[in-house]
Amino acid sequence: MKGNGVTGNANPLRRVGALVDGARDWWEHAKAWQRYLVYLGAVVFALILPAPAIGSFMSPGADWTSVLIYPIGTYILLAVGLNVVVGQAGLLDLGFVAFFAIGGYSVAYFGTQYGWNYWATVAFGIILAAVSGVILGAPTLRLRGDYLAIVTLGFGEIVRITANNTDEIGGARGITNVPHPTDIPGVVEFGLLPAPYYYLILIAIVLVIIFSVRLQKSRVGRAWAAIREDEDAAELMGVPTFKFKLLAFAIGAMIGGLAGGIYAGKAVFIEPNTFPFILSATILAAVVLGGAGNLPGVILGAFVIAWLPERFREVNWLKDVLDRDPAEYRILLFGGVLVLMMALRPEGLLPSRRRRAELHEGTGGMGTMGAEVAGPDTDVTTTEAAK
Amino acid sequence: MLDEFLNQFLPSTVGGLVVGSIYALVALGYTMVYGVLRLINFAHSEIFMIGTFTSLVVITAIAPASPLTGFALFGVMLLLILLSAAISGGAAMLLEVVAYRPLRKKGATRLTALISAIGASLFLQELFALVVIPWLTGKAGRNQQSSPRLVDRDTVFTIGNAAVRTDHIIVVVAAVVMMVALDRLVNRTRIGRGIRATAQDPEAAVLMGVSIDNIVRVTFLLGGAMAGVAGALYLMEFENTVYNVGFVLGIKAFTAAVLGGIGNLRGALVGGVVLGLIENWGAIFLGSEWKDVIAFTVLVVVLMFRPTGILGESLQKARA
Repeated sequence: MKGNGVTGNANPLRRVGALVDGARDWWEHAKAWQRYLVYLGAVVFALILPAPAIGSFMSPGADWTSVLIYPIGTYILLAVGLNVVVGQAGLLDLGFVAFFAIGGYSVAYFGTQYGWNYWATVAFGIILAAVSGVILGAPTLRLRGDYLAIVTLGFGEIVRITANNTDEIGGARGITNVPHPTDIPGVVEFGLLPAPYYYLILIAIVLVIIFSVRLQKSRVGRAWAAIREDEDAAELMGVPTFKFKLLAFAIGAMIGGLAGGIYAGKAVFIEPNTFPFILSATILAAVVLGGAGNLPGVILGAFVIAWLPERFREVNWLKDVLDRDPAEYRILLFGGVLVLMMALRPEGLLPSRRRRAELHEGTGGMGTMGAEVAGPDTDVTTTEAAK
Repeated sequence: MLDEFLNQFLPSTVGGLVVGSIYALVALGYTMVYGVLRLINFAHSEIFMIGTFTSLVVITAIAPASPLTGFALFGVMLLLILLSAAISGGAAMLLEVVAYRPLRKKGATRLTALISAIGASLFLQELFALVVIPWLTGKAGRNQQSSPRLVDRDTVFTIGNAAVRTDHIIVVVAAVVMMVALDRLVNRTRIGRGIRATAQDPEAAVLMGVSIDNIVRVTFLLGGAMAGVAGALYLMEFENTVYNVGFVLGIKAFTAAVLGGIGNLRGALVGGVVLGLIENWGAIFLGSEWKDVIAFTVLVVVLMFRPTGILGESLQKARA
């Protein structure tokens, strides 16, 4: 085993790691009141985030609160959901956008066609997403991990093409006039102003984070970690691996569905092309970039990936140099970053310690790519540890 | 419905064989890399895309005033196939060096490698859309690019109500020739023995003096070259391409590889043709807009009931 974050490697990302390690040591030994102070600080920060003073720097061109809802808030919600699947259970899902679409479409369809209450459609969308997660997972979760990735990718495309070809749900034209969330009398009114939606998505994110952390620390979370590290060993130790993988899939899907419901309520209009494969890849990039399995990392990753392209859109000299909207380069950049990250720091910017150890051991649920195929200059201990 | 099916059955079969041959050629690349490295080379679809654009450039440069026939056609097709194969093969080797070799040396997990592959795929697509295609063609990178007609759509013979055209014959014959050549190479030559040995047991192969780096390089080269040939045939047949042409076709080719038994060269042929046929027959009932859904459903169903595919996994021995 190598790499405790401080080994003398000429990798600049390691220095970030050392800094993070310091903060993390403090956190681990922090008293309860100190931790609650940090939580409080984070919530207060989130509450005042839409302030125009912050917005004028973060998003000079577009309405900052709207940018906070989509893409930033939505990406964070999706990334926290995908993190359950990829980070915690170690399953690679390349079709996560399908659940986002299912949530969005159920709000749009049942809201416009049957006039259901918004909150009921969101709840129904979450259930529908969970059910489709189980339907997809039941036959496929017994497969090897990389097969699963391709099957989920296919599923994402099936959902999108089906929406595109089904006239009942609007076909390629999509659904317009999706109802806004139902007002809560005396408390909040959902109209054209973005602020209520921001606080709605903030509440959703906080709830999902609490849910996710509680899960991670429970028996379920430990089971996921065991499956991720070595599925066969977990099975032998009496962990019903299939059930837990299915659970991870369903929970991830529910969070995706929730994000879709909130998105549709704000956007008023959805169409199949709102849910392309590239969105799945983007959310995956966010999770991996931030550090799969570690919530602060995942949130950071989602924020960076959602915000940077929006910000670069406003940089005028960059626009002149490139001769087009700099945001067009974001996917190119994601692709490059994914390759670089995997080569330099596969555990992400803010990894969970456990996950990092797993990656450096070369386990992580799926065995090592050509571990046995390594050349003579391979770190022998790494190869041994993979067995 | 049944009448319609019987009426369209033979034409659909011809179409299925043609598109199936292209799937099969692309599937070879997935199958060989998976056999040797146990890696889904997600960026393989972009290697195919590079092949289509190489051919587009060549055809545009030749710019035949009228569709070619006879010797001229044969020569141009050969040139097209060789150039596309060379460029795609080279790109595949470069891809291996940049995106996979560093990971392989570190003994990274397969999940890590797959994410790197996805990154490389996105990077290549966008690189073409933003830089390469505007530079090559002078047109907007995200638009469909159409090519001049190279081969006349003459009917050579008919089977029932199905017309078999010159271009159909070229695609199928070229694909079969390439596949037989590859099969010979892998089963009869020294380098092929190295590939098979590595797929079976990499450690023992190293001990027997096989240079793994060379074998991996050759595997990517051969797989890439096959994708290049597929790209040339695709462009000749469908006469247009776009920066993300490889995305759906790549998933389908991977489906074909799994369907036939991943790691199995002959399985790729069987899988490609079967997938092409199922998709085209299914489209008679449901309409051609459902083709992709049919193909992906086939993938799920195959993985559910026979994850080792029709012919089984043979380049490697099945391992957990």
